[in-house]
Amino acid sequence: MPPTPCAICRTNRALILRPKDHSKLCKECFINVFETEIHHTVTTNNLFNRGEKIAIGASGGKDSTVLASVLKTLNERYDYGVELILLSIDEGIKGYRDDSLETVKRNAKQYDMPLTILGYDELYGWTMDQVVEQVGKKGNCTYCGVFRRQALDRGAVRLGVKHVVTGHNADDVAETVLMNLLRGDLPRLSRTTSIVTSTPSASNDPNSHTNIKRSKPLKYAYEKEIVLYAHHKNLDYFSTECIYSPEAFRGSARALIKNLERVRPSAILDVVRSGEDMAKLVPGADESCGGACSSQVPAAEEEEGGCGSSNGRNAGGKMASMEAHLAQNEVAAENGLEIEITMNGVNGQRHNRQDGGTASVVNGKKGRAKGQAFTPRKAPKQQVMGQCKRCGYLSSQEICKACVLLESLNKNRPKNHIEVSSHMQEETNGEVHNVTRG
Amino acid sequence: MSGTKDDKAIPITVEFSGGLEMLFSNQRKHQLSIPTKDEAGSPSNIAYLVKYLCENVLKDPRKDLFILDGSVRPGILVLVNDADWELEGEDKYEIQRNDNILFVSTLHGG
Ligand SMILES: [Zn+2]
Ligand SMILES: [Zn+2]
Repeated sequence: MPPTPCAICRTNRALILRPKDHSKLCKECFINVFETEIHHTVTTNNLFNRGEKIAIGASGGKDSTVLASVLKTLNERYDYGVELILLSIDEGIKGYRDDSLETVKRNAKQYDMPLTILGYDELYGWTMDQVVEQVGKKGNCTYCGVFRRQALDRGAVRLGVKHVVTGHNADDVAETVLMNLLRGDLPRLSRTTSIVTSTPSASNDPNSHTNIKRSKPLKYAYEKEIVLYAHHKNLDYFSTECIYSPEAFRGSARALIKNLERVRPSAILDVVRSGEDMAKLVPGADESCGGACSSQVPAAEEEEGGCGSSNGRNAGGKMASMEAHLAQNEVAAENGLEIEITMNGVNGQRHNRQDGGTASVVNGKKGRAKGQAFTPRKAPKQQVMGQCKRCGYLSSQEICKACVLLESLNKNRPKNHIEVSSHMQEETNGEVHNVTRG
Repeated sequence: MSGTKDDKAIPITVEFSGGLEMLFSNQRKHQLSIPTKDEAGSPSNIAYLVKYLCENVLKDPRKDLFILDGSVRPGILVLVNDADWELEGEDKYEIQRNDNILFVSTLHGG
């Protein structure tokens, strides 16, 4: 095949085929267009305020590395006047984070940004390795995801930062949209599709970690383009899969997204846009801020599954935490709206606004829902925001999820404490957790 | 495959990244010589290369993380000399001497 010229400069050889519009671009034009689109996302959504200090949730993976690189570039090019820092979470999985944290440390130098690394042990008294030792490999992603969600907010508070940006991309959002549709959780749909999710302060304490603003500047960026951007800009990133959830992709919503993309690349953004449209129609969603400001779903409970990455892309983790959410919703549902009513509202209008294809996937699920599949399930009841009685974190429950999980973890620890305090004195130097169980 | 290896083989560089290197002996760059023609006598293309990689280079039992239903798994990008393979005819692209073929996964943690 003869080389195709770039659609923009018409000189260089096209190397990139854009999924959203099939345009063929050369490397330089692609990089420029990609950055300009992120700039557009930032400005049209008013994501940043001049003088603001912003923490980038950094995992050393492709998304957060690209996010750091692009934001640094844009901050300089367009003079946003924001201060960017890197915040990394160390789950405490031996051998797993070592390389990615090394990558983050290099990124900190490359982008000249200060870096803070915060461990689960510091925050919760448990490393993920210890959690796995306690609960086994099944379901541990739930812990990882719940802990992670709060970890970034808590870390932000320690750093005196009110705004955390994460590397969630269009594929992540599309996946979440599908998952929320599959389980008929429309309130959460509205929250997970919004580009900004601030958690309104539940306390008067200025140091409370519940009023941290979260945003996703890469929300409309295809994962494919993020990887290509990293490749063509030669960015230093690290990829791995969480060793505790091998083969998590099989049969997942993620795999479905990737299959859709293969057939019809624009499908990913179509799903994202459809999710946004549906979210607007969810009763109770606050349209003026994309459902971000006063949604009944507190961000503290937002699903952000996932071991490993700050993005929680891990499908296994999402599935696991989805189960947890489902169970919880079921309990909280007594006074809830019939989801059917909500679905009818959604069905009634709007949906064909875009070029149809979106559509087929989403409509498929919807059609089913209208029939019978979702009827028995009730929507989560209007949740009342409050504070966790244990840790003060914003929560719709009396005790937040992290604390519930911690409680169950700690329950199984007393045995060790007794041993330590009675006849294993010589071991007290070692970590309590390492003491052999009786 | 026998005898004069030089005219019966094409030297190429195959690279794996984005987490795929884990399936290929944790090695990113592989210098390979692949046969010029496939079993049917047609010039070796990417489809053949993928099959060749699975049979000769991929030692990890989790082959389905690389191929699915006989072709490259969705979510894995293929770049031929830095160009998206979709611009080059996808798996029909006929491999040339000294080509650089990069397989990069988008599926791993970000
Ligand atoms: Zn160009
Ligand atoms: Zn709590």
